[in-house]
Amino acid sequence: MEQLAELVLNGVSSGAVYAALALSLMIIYQATRVVNFAQPGLALIAAYTAFSVTRATGSYWLGFVLALVVGGALGVLAERLLIRPVQRRSELSAIIVTLGLLMLLQGVAGMVWSNEPHSFPYPLDFRGRFSATDAFAVAAVGVTALGLLLLFRYTPLGLRMRAAAFRPEVARMVGVRVGLMLTVGWGIASVIGALAGMLAVPPFIFPNVLDGVFVYGITAAVIGGLDNPFGAVLGGFTLGIGLSLVSGYLGPELVTLAALVIVVVVLSLRPDGLFTRPRARQV
Amino acid sequence: MTDDTARTGRAAVLDRWRRSPMLLRHLAAALAAFLGIVLLTSVTDPFTNLRIATIGYHLVAVAGLALLIGVSGQISLGHGAFMFIGAYTMALLVIHVPGSPLWANLLLAIAASCAAGVAVGAATARLHGPYLAGATLILAVGLPAVALRYPEALGGSNGLTFSVAGTPPALSDTVPDPRWQSWVVWLAVLLALVVVANVSRGRLGRRLRAVRDDEAAAALSGLRPGRLRTVAFVISAGCGGLAGALQAYLLGTATPSSFGLALSLSLLAAVVLGGLGSLWGALWGALALVYVEVWGHDAAEALGLSDHVANNLPIALFGAALIAIVLLWPSGVQGGLARLGAAVRTRRIGPGGRPD
Repeated sequence: MEQLAELVLNGVSSGAVYAALALSLMIIYQATRVVNFAQPGLALIAAYTAFSVTRATGSYWLGFVLALVVGGALGVLAERLLIRPVQRRSELSAIIVTLGLLMLLQGVAGMVWSNEPHSFPYPLDFRGRFSATDAFAVAAVGVTALGLLLLFRYTPLGLRMRAAAFRPEVARMVGVRVGLMLTVGWGIASVIGALAGMLAVPPFIFPNVLDGVFVYGITAAVIGGLDNPFGAVLGGFTLGIGLSLVSGYLGPELVTLAALVIVVVVLSLRPDGLFTRPRARQV
Repeated sequence: MTDDTARTGRAAVLDRWRRSPMLLRHLAAALAAFLGIVLLTSVTDPFTNLRIATIGYHLVAVAGLALLIGVSGQISLGHGAFMFIGAYTMALLVIHVPGSPLWANLLLAIAASCAAGVAVGAATARLHGPYLAGATLILAVGLPAVALRYPEALGGSNGLTFSVAGTPPALSDTVPDPRWQSWVVWLAVLLALVVVANVSRGRLGRRLRAVRDDEAAAALSGLRPGRLRTVAFVISAGCGGLAGALQAYLLGTATPSSFGLALSLSLLAAVVLGGLGSLWGALWGALALVYVEVWGHDAAEALGLSDHVANNLPIALFGAALIAIVLLWPSGVQGGLARLGAAVRTRRIGPGGRPD
């Protein structure tokens, strides 16, 4: 029982990270119908920026803020320079471009900061069961999700972004700058991705550090439904707890394969995700 | 006059070549390629022999993936996982069944990765685009960790090390081990390529293209899209398994770290680089896989750059190449060459001689 509680609490805090990544993937998918495989690369560069800034100035929070800024800026650049030209071409082109960007960014990170792991600070105290750091992760992701909800539901900007994503032609006719809205979407998503990276990286940073976490982020987005913000958050936390149990009772090395089994089972039964109402699919 | 007869003679030979059965043509081409490899390895040093063999096993992996992406329109970010299965099957057979001959080991490695391909392919046959990419990505990241889960059987992070038989005793005076190994690798690779070429150009390939281009129409004409996709996935997984087994045979080791996500993504990069759905493109891709790495190291060394630049330059170059090709040159190297060839032919025949 003791162990179960421990595992569930661990699962909640790692689930927060998966939920943030899933949210970031979901926003981009909703806006541009592209799964952003470059997300771990963007977040990686952001986290390395924080690493360098923190080492130079000694301030964790300055690094934290700069990481979010750099992450967002990279997302905006990626959308403008790389995604927009291929977006209308084919699903495969967009996937390949984001993968190319991932390889490029990981390679550049390795060239600049080397493949050796560097120690990376936790934001707060990380000792003990459900530490201050864990609480921070859950709170940060909770605030982010709430902020997104308010943005999309109650602000003119959110309304324009939704219009640009769902009916680009109509939105353009009523004066929404669709291209700008898509860029803003990528920017917001990449800030959230950078946040997830900052939470997921400690204790060590190296070029492949986010690969595993990103895989769980995709899993969470897919089981929650790539179209559904509540699904992404719920999917993230459900997956975090589920994988924590697998890790505790079956062995940490099998966690990724468990994620694969979950994805395949969920997609075979509910192709649009667990938390989406089934609807007729367009052919 | 004599010039004319020679030309008709050549045309007749060409004609007979085109009408002979496809399998026979592909086998003849493979035989010619094998003789070329034997010649090439005989005039180069052992180090180059090994590099030629390395190109060989990369070629079969890239060709299998090119078939999957180009002909059947599915994407896999997880082909490193099938190489992992092939390599570990080979290693386990060599260690635990010492009497088993090499060809049997290779066939069993192919069978093992095909079996995995059936499982994965059947499970993912309904998925498309981003979902399929995500699922296979998880496979690529997750499977090598199995070696860490069972360290007694699979050697943990150090992997398995073993020694393979070199040149048979009858030839050992004349043929050094690296040369023999590259012959073995290329023989297996070329036989596999004959299968891939036949699938791609034959009835199965036509059906796969039909499903790729319009699933609903294909299903209406009696094809079964799910099953056809699974078949393509299995063939492609088998190619990956063979590549992994040949790598293990060549290196004498199988370690989990060499089958990570970077390998799977590099294979994809090679397919895109060469040009989707073409076997020649796969050759350019495999050459790039081997030589970008070599040249990256050499360049970094020549410029006096540090080790971590040298180690990461190839992956960064591949990434940049992927982006550049999709944005600027979507048909890849082979597509560019084909267009160039067509332009040259049109010019030689003269304008209007052959509508493009």
